[in-house]
Parts: sequence; C-alpha cells; structure tokens
Amino acid sequence: MGGATDILELLKKSKGRRIKVLVAKLGLDGHDRGAKVVARALKDAGLEVIYTGIRQTPEQVVETAIQEDVDVIGVSILSGAHIPLMKKLMELLREKGLDDVPVLLGGTIPIPDIPKLKELGIRNIFLPGTSLKEIIKETLEAALERREE
Amino acid sequence: MARLFNEETLKIIEERLKKWEKETLPKSLSKYPLRQDSFRTHSNIEVKGVYTPLDIRNMDYFEKLGLPGEYPFTRGIHATMYRGRIWTMRMFSGYGSAEDTNKRLKFLIEHGETGLSLAFDFPTLVGIDADDPMASGEVGVCGVSVSSIEDMEIIFDGINMGEITTNMTINPPAPVLLAMYVATAEKQGVPYDRIGGTTQNDPLKEFIAQKSYVFPPEPAVKLAMDVVEWSVRNLPKWNPISISGYHIREAGSTAVQELAFTIANGIEYVRHLINRGMDVDEFAPRLSFFFDSHINFFEEIAKFRAARRMWAKIMKEWFNAKKERSLWLRFHTQTAGVSLTAQQPYNNIIRTTIEALAAVLGGTQSLHTNALDEPFRVPSEFAAKLALRTQQIIAFETGVADTVDPLAGSYYVEWLTDKIEEEAWKYIDRIEMMGGMIEAVKRGYPQREITDASFRFQKEVEEGRRYIVGVNIFVEEEDEEIRNVPLLDINQKEIEMRQRERLRRLRERRDKARWERSLKNLKRAAEKGENVMPYILQAVKSYATLGEIMSTLKEVYGIWVEPPIY
Amino acid sequence: MTTQELDTLIDKAFQGDRASIGRLLTYIERSPLDASRILNKVMGGEGGGHVIGVTGIPGSGKSTLISKLISRYKEQGLRIAVVAIDPTSPLSKGALLGDRIRMQEHATDPRVFIRSVPTRGVKGGLSFSGVAMIEVFDKLGFDKIIVESIGVGQTDIDIMNLAHTILVVTAPGMGDEIQALKAGIMEIGDIYVLNKSDKPEANRTYAYLDFALETGEIGSEKLKWRPKLIKTSAALGQGIDELVKAVEEHLEFIKEYGIYSEKISARRRYMVRLLAEKLFTEKLEEIDEEIDIANRDIYLEAIKLINKVVSQLG
Repeated sequence: MGGATDILELLKKSKGRRIKVLVAKLGLDGHDRGAKVVARALKDAGLEVIYTGIRQTPEQVVETAIQEDVDVIGVSILSGAHIPLMKKLMELLREKGLDDVPVLLGGTIPIPDIPKLKELGIRNIFLPGTSLKEIIKETLEAALERREE
Repeated sequence: MARLFNEETLKIIEERLKKWEKETLPKSLSKYPLRQDSFRTHSNIEVKGVYTPLDIRNMDYFEKLGLPGEYPFTRGIHATMYRGRIWTMRMFSGYGSAEDTNKRLKFLIEHGETGLSLAFDFPTLVGIDADDPMASGEVGVCGVSVSSIEDMEIIFDGINMGEITTNMTINPPAPVLLAMYVATAEKQGVPYDRIGGTTQNDPLKEFIAQKSYVFPPEPAVKLAMDVVEWSVRNLPKWNPISISGYHIREAGSTAVQELAFTIANGIEYVRHLINRGMDVDEFAPRLSFFFDSHINFFEEIAKFRAARRMWAKIMKEWFNAKKERSLWLRFHTQTAGVSLTAQQPYNNIIRTTIEALAAVLGGTQSLHTNALDEPFRVPSEFAAKLALRTQQIIAFETGVADTVDPLAGSYYVEWLTDKIEEEAWKYIDRIEMMGGMIEAVKRGYPQREITDASFRFQKEVEEGRRYIVGVNIFVEEEDEEIRNVPLLDINQKEIEMRQRERLRRLRERRDKARWERSLKNLKRAAEKGENVMPYILQAVKSYATLGEIMSTLKEVYGIWVEPPIY
Repeated sequence: MTTQELDTLIDKAFQGDRASIGRLLTYIERSPLDASRILNKVMGGEGGGHVIGVTGIPGSGKSTLISKLISRYKEQGLRIAVVAIDPTSPLSKGALLGDRIRMQEHATDPRVFIRSVPTRGVKGGLSFSGVAMIEVFDKLGFDKIIVESIGVGQTDIDIMNLAHTILVVTAPGMGDEIQALKAGIMEIGDIYVLNKSDKPEANRTYAYLDFALETGEIGSEKLKWRPKLIKTSAALGQGIDELVKAVEEHLEFIKEYGIYSEKISARRRYMVRLLAEKLFTEKLEEIDEEIDIANRDIYLEAIKLINKVVSQLG
C-alpha cells in the first residue's frame, strides 16, 4: 500500500504539470459520498478534478473527457450495473480514440466481476474500504505512465 | 417535579469522585495507561472514563424520561413495548423482475417475516420506464423494476394485500407507486380501510443525501404532501411518509446530523401541511420515521431516545398537537449498510447483530437487518434468511425484549442522550435561522455538513484513529472469504428484455383515448396546484406508465440539478 | 511537440475534431511557448464570435442560467463554447471544477464545447490561458463564447472587461451582497439579471436594483448604452427569451458603435500583458534566492532584479 512518501515522489515526477482527473458518477444511482470524498482527496493532493455530478451516461462521460482533455477517468458505480455501463464506456472511448486514457472504477463490485472488468481494459478496481492514499497513488501512477508513453 | 438526586447525595458523590481521581485512578493509570488520547463517538462527542450521577445532576425524571407510553416518550411510545408485541421484522427486498420479487416475498413470509418492504431498481426510483435509454443496464439490478400497474399485480400475485403491510422505499415517484398499490389492492377486492403500509415519500432527504431527486425542492415537497393529505383522508391504515435519516447517515453524516436533519425535515413537512389548512392532529399521527443503526452502540441508542423526546416536544410545544398519537415518533430502523465491508464479509453478520441490538434497545417499531453480502449485490436467499434469523434470535433468545427501555438510568446513556439532543438542537436552530430546510437545502448547508463529516471519518480511518476490522486492523492479505461468498445470480439482460417487451405490449393494448385523457387531466390538475393523487390513480388505472406520468409532471414542475457541493 | 505535429493538431481542430480542440487547449494551459505558437497560427482578423461574460454573486444561479442560454442558442443553430472558471486551492494547488454539473445536459451536443479552467493562483496562468482560449474558440468558429467567472475579486472584473457583453447575475434576498459588491462587479454590467425571480421577495430586490440603476448607483452608462435589468427564473425557464433579446440588442449596439472591434483589440493587448506578467513573475520566483538583502538601497536592488529577469528571459 502506498504511503504518503510514495505520493510525494509521484507528484515530483509530474514536474509541475497539473494532472487533470475526471470523477464521474455513471448510471442512475445517487450514492455520491465515495465520489465526493475521492474528488476532494485528489484535490487536496494537488490534482485538478472535474466532477460531473450524478446520473451521467457513458456518452456524457466520454465527451467530458474529450472537452477537458483529462489524464485519467475515475468512475463510481454503486448500482450493480457496472458491467453494461463500463462496457459501453470503454467502447465509446475506443471509438473516439481515447483508449490511452486510463480508467479507474470504484464501487460495490462483486469479486467475480473483476476479471471481466479488467478484460474490458479498466486499469484498477477499488472496492469499498480502499484507502484514499491508495486511490491517490494509483491515480497518479496511471496519469504519469500515460504521459511517458 | 421529580429530581433524581438531591443536593446532599450529589455532594457526597462529588467528594468521593475527587478522592477517586486523586487516589484510585492514578494507580490504575500507571499500570494501564490509556490506549488513546481521547475517546470519541461517531459524532465526535468526547467520552469520559466514567459517568456518575453528577453528569445528570439536574435530571428531572418526568421532564426527561417519563414512563413508557407517556410524554415525552423517551422510554418508548407504548407502555408494554416488546412485552406485548415484538417489533415488525421487515426485510427490504426486491430484485429482478416482478416474478422474481413475488417469489422472494413469499419465501420471506414463509420464514416468519411479518411485514413486506419493497426495494425498487434505480430506473423506478428516479421515475423512468424500463425501456428508457437511461435505464439500460440497470433494470432489475438493485431492486424490482416497476413501470406499470401490471408489474405491481405480478409482485402481489397470491399475496393477500388486505392482510400484510408493505413498505415501499420510493420518493419522487411515490404518488405513482402508491396509486399502483392501491389500484392492485382494489382489484384483489381489498377495501381502502384495510390497505396498510408505508411510502417513504420524503423528498427533502433526497436533496440532502440519497440524490434520487427529480423535481426542484418546492414542487417536490408539494407532491409529497399531496400523498400525505390524500392518504390521511382515504387510507386510514397507510403511513404516507417515512421521514428518513437513514440515507443521510449512509451518505456519511454523524449520528447528531442524522437526527437533526431528519427532525428539521419533519418540521418543514408539518409546516407545509398546516399551511394547507390541515389540522395538526389530523395528520401528525400518520407521520413515521426511519433511522440508521450504526456500529457506535451507545450513541445509536441515545440517538433513538433523544429523537422521541425531541419530536414529542416539537409537536406539543411548537405545533400545539393535542392527540397523544400526534406526539409519537414511530420509526423503522435499518442497520448500517455503510458499516459493512467487502473484506472478510462474514464479519458483517456480527456488525449487523450489534446494530440490530442497538435499534431494539432504542425502541424501534420495525427493523431491517442487512445481509452479509450487501457490499457486493442485493442479498442471496441464504444471506437474507440469516439476516432475518439475527432479529429472531435477538427477539426470542436474548431476553432483551422482556423489559422496556432497559438502559434508562444508566448515567452514561442518559448523559449521552442529553448531549446528542443538545447538539441536534444547535443544527435545528441554524436551519430555522435560514428559513427552514427547503432554504437550507438550496444553499447546500446540510449537504456540505455531511460531506465534511464523511471526509473527516474517512481520514480518521486512514490515519488509524478509527478502526475497522479487516480494513485497517486485523487485515488479511489473502482474504479467502471475499472470493467465496455465494452471490445472487441475476440475469439482468433477460430481465430487461422481458420488462421492455411487457411495456411494448401494454402500450399497444391499452385504450389510447382513455390513456391520453388521463394524462391531460393530470397535467391540468398539476398546473392548477390541485392535489394530483386522484388524477394519478386514474392515470395508473388507464395503464399510463411510471415514466409517462413522471414526464407529465416534469413538464409542469421542472427538474432539479444540484449545485456543486463537495 | 514538433511544428508539424502542432500544425496537424490545429488542422484537425479546425476540421471540428473535438479531441484535438481539447488537446489544443491543454497545450495553451501547459506552456506559454506552445500557447504562443498556437496563437501565432490562429491569430489575425476577427473570428466573429460574441464573447459573453457572466459574473455575479455566488449562489445566484449563474451556471443554470448559462445552461438555459445554451439551449436557446442551440435552437438558433449556433455553436457555443463555455469557459468555466473555478478557483484553485492556494494550499494544495489542486482544484475541484464543478461548474459543468449544471451544463452536463449539453455535454454530448456537437455544437457545444465546455472547458473548465482553474484560476491557478492570482498571478498564475488563468487569465492568460483563459483569454488565449477565448481567442482560439473565436477562431474555431464558435458563435457565442460564454465566460463564467467565480464572481469575486479584481481578476473577475479584469476578465469581464474582456467580454463584449457583461451579464451580472443577482438573486432575490441578496441585498447585503449587492451592497458589498457595489464598487466591484456591480458596476460593470451591460445587462443585470435578477435570477430566481419566482421567489416571493423578488419584487423588492427588483425595485431596489431598478432604482440603483436609475440613480447610477450601480452600472454605468457606456456611451449610449443604458444597462438593462432582466428578470429570469432559470430553473423554470422564465425570462430567458427576454434575456437573449437583450444580449442581442447589446451586440448590435456595440457593433454599431465600433466597440465590438475595440474590445477585441483590448482583449489581445491584455492577453500579451498577462503573458508578460506571467513570464516575469515565474522567472522572478526562480531567482528569488539571488536577491541581495544586504543591499540597503532596495530601489536599486529592485532595478537590478528587473534587469536580471529581463536578461534571462531574453
């Protein structure tokens, strides 16, 4: 698990460039506690966070990612509809040529679904109980790896 | 007047306490230093090492406690409480298609459930039909999908609606679902005076926490109060509103915030109904509440006791209610979903047991116990049964239900009850100063308070100042259980297809002219500000779908998008 | 980025490729050098866009109002860009950009492009990159470029002054706030909007604003334009037609009096000034250690510092 020092190291690696993250609530559930806590933690870690609000469609998320040209997309789903929604989102990202933008997912995800989601190309899946530190660290790593490409 | 302690006694205790602090305590401390700098409840209330009569030195028995079934009802709303009747075991359930849910309800009734509680899927909760593009992938996942009266008829097929009460967790579309329920019962031949149950129908907490809002705050409250007014006058056994702290708590609030915001919402509704010209004693007995029972054991018990006392006082002193029933805070409780963890999921059974016990010691009227697999999905049959058994063991084996309010008189519990009440009043005062909850919500005040609290809690967990077993203490790197929990299998695609197909046939079959007329009448009634319930009932009977009825209302009321609050 | 890559990106952006537009804006934000290369390619002449600045008291419903304006402009077949400014935390340098929430219904419309811009500190890149983005949107053929500001501070007034048309949004019951801002943003509006006018106390606030405008307490007559006061309820969609009409009248007016082009020149001058400031301050921070505090003639030391910055920048 990443400590605060890891996070500082990663931040140094970004060389003053601002890292921009989209935090999106996909689907109809309104459980935004997690998304907001994460958004705030990322902001406190020095990132620029675009928050979309609740009830977003995959189309809206992808378009927002395009307009804001974000480094990472973080999605929160607690409705159980993660498979069809993420499938659609990943398809759209590919279609629009954004397959290089790393996608992270958090929410109530049954363990058996994790391999399926990874297969769709989702980089990380955060279950309830994941620490903010870990989420920040993974987000930074995802952003930096993409830039190095 | 009945002061519990006289000055003489208090003086003696005070002297002995001083002596204890000087002599007994330091000896112990040198051997066993405190394991934390300070001990705090979830609401950040600092807890002392020991409580004595000094902490409740001015307590007047009848002012603060009274006897069970008597004002201010701190000890319970009934004189006998569970000695007469055990609380209603009401398990929130529903998933998949109407057929699946019908089967699950029958299963629960067979295993001793005493009241039904319907969970709806997200499309239903936000008032769209199963064939709406936004619903794709969500139909039947988190609850049962209901788009028309046909679905309701299937859910209750073979269940006598005159004999069982049903709770429906539904908010903006509450008038529509209630209309479907009533129309279905009517078809079963059940008279209005035997239709019993609850609609959650609490729009304000949607803005604060649950976020399945549809309309802006003012019309949302107006619509909800239509349901209250209509039910009070037509369905004598229906609880038209369940003023809910549950979702506020699940969104990360503290116990004090949950209590305060719920009561403040209740105040707003009461004002609205009085402004409509209703007599307070006409509707007040029909208001019910819904709270969370979290893991901080004594704080929860104190919260329930404080809630009853506060509400009784508000109804009596602010609103001049005369009937005794108007002063009762009757409530349903659900154990805290948010306290469950994905890690070592079987631990969730233990958490739920403790939370359920707190609800019982706090005098709840009905209870839902969460299943161990809920961090992942709606419960499997086995997990749901285990959760029900948890309640049954508390009720029939432990003896905790054999006397009323057994924790009364505990110096700590009474002090904490007072403290929580005091803190809750501060919030209520602030909201009153803003002009009531609608205004506070529009300013984002409760939303911001909750976001701050949940952020603080998360930080405490991460910094190891608060423990969660399996998450930041006693962590297992190789968590076998997490992989092996058997989960409910839902064939989502098939359910969605079936629901779409049923809707397509319904739209084809129905009497077009009658359907169109019913929606037109509804729109006109909404524009004129009439009570829309009778019109919605007509629309439902004319086979208008949930989505169609909600769209009609959206045209008149507009929709709500929340201000950005973090 | 090579010049060729940049050219391709610009070409694609001009062909309407949205991902390329998004990326172009990122380059503008990240590096003044890239920004100036991009502007070098696109500047010259006028794009013909109408820059509308929307400021006002926090909580007055600016974002919802903008969302409604977008709907109307879409109906007219126009292309709309939004530059939504949100504050950066001075401590963590992070930012939470949430103005979009109320405009998300337009997110997927090919005629709408919304970009959030953090302020990045008072002296930082906001103003420069914000202004540069306006320039780019103008050239890309957006008809309406709406700039939403945070509603406080001097930067806000500066930004607003770059707009062709300035909307100042207020809401009923904000008398104290209006009083407090009288010497600030309340002075600069071309059109004052009383939003949330469905509220009971709206009439009183309207009367107050009307009187204040009449007496010149707020607003100021610019040439022959008399600031207008429009009542709206963005949530209920009321008064939007009147607002759109007033905005068009103002546009016609500034075109007639040549103010339209003047504003563009002023905007560009300001942009260059902002870039100069940005480059200067950043360099200044870099050589902070070299300041000789032993030198008691601080005026002389300051001049030396300026020369040092200039020689290093050159």
